[in-house]
Amino acid sequence: MSVIDQIARLGRGAIDSVTGLGRAGLMLWGAIAKVPRVRKGTPLLIRQLYVIGVQSMVIILVSGLFIGMVLALQGYNILVGFGTEDSLGPMVALSLLRELGPVVTALLFAGRAGSALTAEIGLMKSTEQLSSLEMMAIDPLRQVIAPRFWAGVISLPLLALMFTAVGIYGGHLVGVEWKGIDSGSFWSILQASVEWRQDIVNCLIKSLVFAVVVTWIALYRGYHVIPNPEGISRATTQTVVQSSLAVLALDFLLTAMMFGR
Amino acid sequence: MSHQSLSHDNQAKGETEPMEHVQPLVEISHLAFSRGSHVIYDDVSLTIPRGKVTAIMGPSGIGKTTLLKLIGGQLRPDSGIIKVDGIDVHKCNRSELFALRKRMSMLFQSGALFTDMNVFDNVAFALREHSDLPEAIIRRIVLMKLEAVGLRGAAQMMPSELSGGMQRRAALARAIALEPELVLYDEPFAGQDPISMGVLVKLIRELSDALSLTSVVVSHDVQEVLGIADYVYVLADKKVIAHGTPAELKAADNPKLKQFIGGEPDGPVPFHFPAQDYQKEMLGERD
Repeated sequence: MSVIDQIARLGRGAIDSVTGLGRAGLMLWGAIAKVPRVRKGTPLLIRQLYVIGVQSMVIILVSGLFIGMVLALQGYNILVGFGTEDSLGPMVALSLLRELGPVVTALLFAGRAGSALTAEIGLMKSTEQLSSLEMMAIDPLRQVIAPRFWAGVISLPLLALMFTAVGIYGGHLVGVEWKGIDSGSFWSILQASVEWRQDIVNCLIKSLVFAVVVTWIALYRGYHVIPNPEGISRATTQTVVQSSLAVLALDFLLTAMMFGR
Repeated sequence: MSHQSLSHDNQAKGETEPMEHVQPLVEISHLAFSRGSHVIYDDVSLTIPRGKVTAIMGPSGIGKTTLLKLIGGQLRPDSGIIKVDGIDVHKCNRSELFALRKRMSMLFQSGALFTDMNVFDNVAFALREHSDLPEAIIRRIVLMKLEAVGLRGAAQMMPSELSGGMQRRAALARAIALEPELVLYDEPFAGQDPISMGVLVKLIRELSDALSLTSVVVSHDVQEVLGIADYVYVLADKKVIAHGTPAELKAADNPKLKQFIGGEPDGPVPFHFPAQDYQKEMLGERD
């Protein structure tokens, strides 16, 4: 391949990327920048909250429990060497609130709900359901995309809080029930160490940013899928890969902004 | 127009009104459309008469479905004008286009039923979205439409529980739920067994007559289409190659038309996709 071809290929890739960003932006704008329909939109939103949020709870809660337990066990083994095992509570809680809660929840959400969103919308496109909405004079962005977007944005921060709460409980099980750390010390030091603004609000901000990004990527990949089995398969994979990378990269940026000083 | 008109006399079929005297609902003038470098239509002009069943026929891949999407405003032509009831579809803004689409509906090849709703809710969907009718009235309208297509008993079934023919009929009930002026049928007979095909043929004709619908049927099922259409356009080579009543088309001596209507595998439309010389390719030589 000649140098000119390589430059042309690079240019084409750059143009495609910018075009994709523009399309994704227009899709999101078309979906959310409209007057909400309370009477007809609320049932759609509730249904999606159930599908995206409630049905993701099992994997989030089970993962949170085990991650909290592993974190506590590893933390205990390190802290006990310094005689500071009483600090296990804040170590588990701060790790979960500041990093693992929002990040792992977003990664699990991308795998569980994001891929399902892409596949569902991709199949709706390939079976002409989106076209039929258009022909019925019903905007698919408002009918299909908007409720799923808002459901993702509402669900993920709540799921991250549940993940964190269950993780702390898992840490308590290992630290207090198994390893014998004093329960009063565990909870009191934890309570004294966790700050509302610095830890809990930042946890929610991170989750909210991840929710927007993961849901947006999933919806965009589904809405602009090539409507055949290979296209849907590729779009689903792209959703998980791109969402995961975006979450990890954004996590660094947000952490630097929140805790970098 | 470059195509061959066969519609000089419509009396042969015993029609009550010659087609050229019927006010057109859809007018397509000098339409050109291409996908990338592949030209689909080049200077196509045709009119769809109001209140009649008009068939658009042609070989697979000729762009018949594309034509319906152009009429519905889902695709934009490179040039040319498409008017529905005098309104230029592609000069409408989004709200004007949606207002126009409320007056038309489309039966998709796949049926395109919403898979998360049962048959009743599928048919009721557009009514609930576009009207504030009480649920009791919507229920009656939906049951009437389902009765018309013979699926009142399947109202509570999910689309996945229906056969292909039943899905098409349910989609037909949904398409006529808002009593549109224009119904676009995209390959309604594709993949249907003879009984389902017969049912659909009967339904399209009877519903068109009963509701005074203007129907556009895109299909390559020659006998079924010629059996119900009032007027037929045949597309090939990016253009309309012939048009007329079914009787006129059957009597025509256009070789391409005869090949298509007779279902002959080879002729002016070749059996082989263009390729290099067979013998040379088998011997590994290049042209």
